[in-house]
Amino acid sequence: MIEFISQPWPWYVAGPLIGIVVPALLLLGGKVFGISENLRHVCAMMPTKVEFFQYEWKNGLWNLTMIAGVVAGAWIAHTYLGSSDPVAISEATKTDLTALGVTDFSGLVPSQLFSWDNLFSGSGLSLIVLGGFLVGFGARYAGGCTSGHAISGLADLQLPSLIAVIGFFAGGLIATFLLLPIIL
Amino acid sequence: MRPSKNTSVASPSTGNKGFMGLIPYFLIGIYFGIIFTKSEVISWFRIQEMFRFQAFHMYGIIGAAVVVAMISVFLIKRYRLKSLDGVEIVIPPKDMGSGTRYWLGGTIFGLGWALTGACPGPMFALVGNGALVMLVAILSAVAGTFAYGALRPKLPH
Repeated sequence: MIEFISQPWPWYVAGPLIGIVVPALLLLGGKVFGISENLRHVCAMMPTKVEFFQYEWKNGLWNLTMIAGVVAGAWIAHTYLGSSDPVAISEATKTDLTALGVTDFSGLVPSQLFSWDNLFSGSGLSLIVLGGFLVGFGARYAGGCTSGHAISGLADLQLPSLIAVIGFFAGGLIATFLLLPIIL
Repeated sequence: MRPSKNTSVASPSTGNKGFMGLIPYFLIGIYFGIIFTKSEVISWFRIQEMFRFQAFHMYGIIGAAVVVAMISVFLIKRYRLKSLDGVEIVIPPKDMGSGTRYWLGGTIFGLGWALTGACPGPMFALVGNGALVMLVAILSAVAGTFAYGALRPKLPH
């Protein structure tokens, strides 16, 4: 059992375990699963006159608490449930990324790109600072992120969510095939 | 929270039952943090593999999560289940508007998702995994959210 837990978990284990949280949150307190709402709550905590942030952020305390739990859970997995082995990505992906100059496949993220040393280089600014900004801007513009649209929204058969998810992929493909070759 | 269309994924029920009421959400977060880490969905490499269509892993996870959630939501609606605090469960429908916000906002989000290799949940899970530089990505995401809020009256929705 411990050995099984220590291995990377396959999709057919992880997928259903994630999906079941949608009804769990609904049944627990009528909460809709959507993680990027937390970014908005943080803005709403700040002293600002922007109308979009004038609401009672404390109603989102459950969500902020959940995201704090995510950090704790990730730390537990990282510390006690083993796994910093190289991520078992396909050879094709390794080949493509090597061609772009990625040489270190040892961690969850390429440490040569996602490190404090690289933060203020062109690639660090693009991937970490610009990338993060676009995630925050796009998630709120679209009214949700992977959890709110791709999981909660699609599960509720909402057409706007399907359009948003198609957008997620369009953007991801543009970044992968057009932007990364320039940035890396 | 105003129940208007801009709060598309806002919680329909308000009111927190104090500190103790938050504990279940903290536990669900821990559960997520473990799954996100052990399934490697927080890996930049896995996101690249997905956008290059070179493995089934990410599609399997998202697809299986959607199927399980979809069946559950169907049953909750079918049997009109109430939440533990006795409130009828309502999932607010998203307002279509012109649709612009969904395809354009979605595309902008997708650009960021592929660059950082992480959507909002995984960003936090990466911090828990010791990738503290992702705190900068989170701060940037907050800045992006703020920028949207400020520009919102001028953007097409």
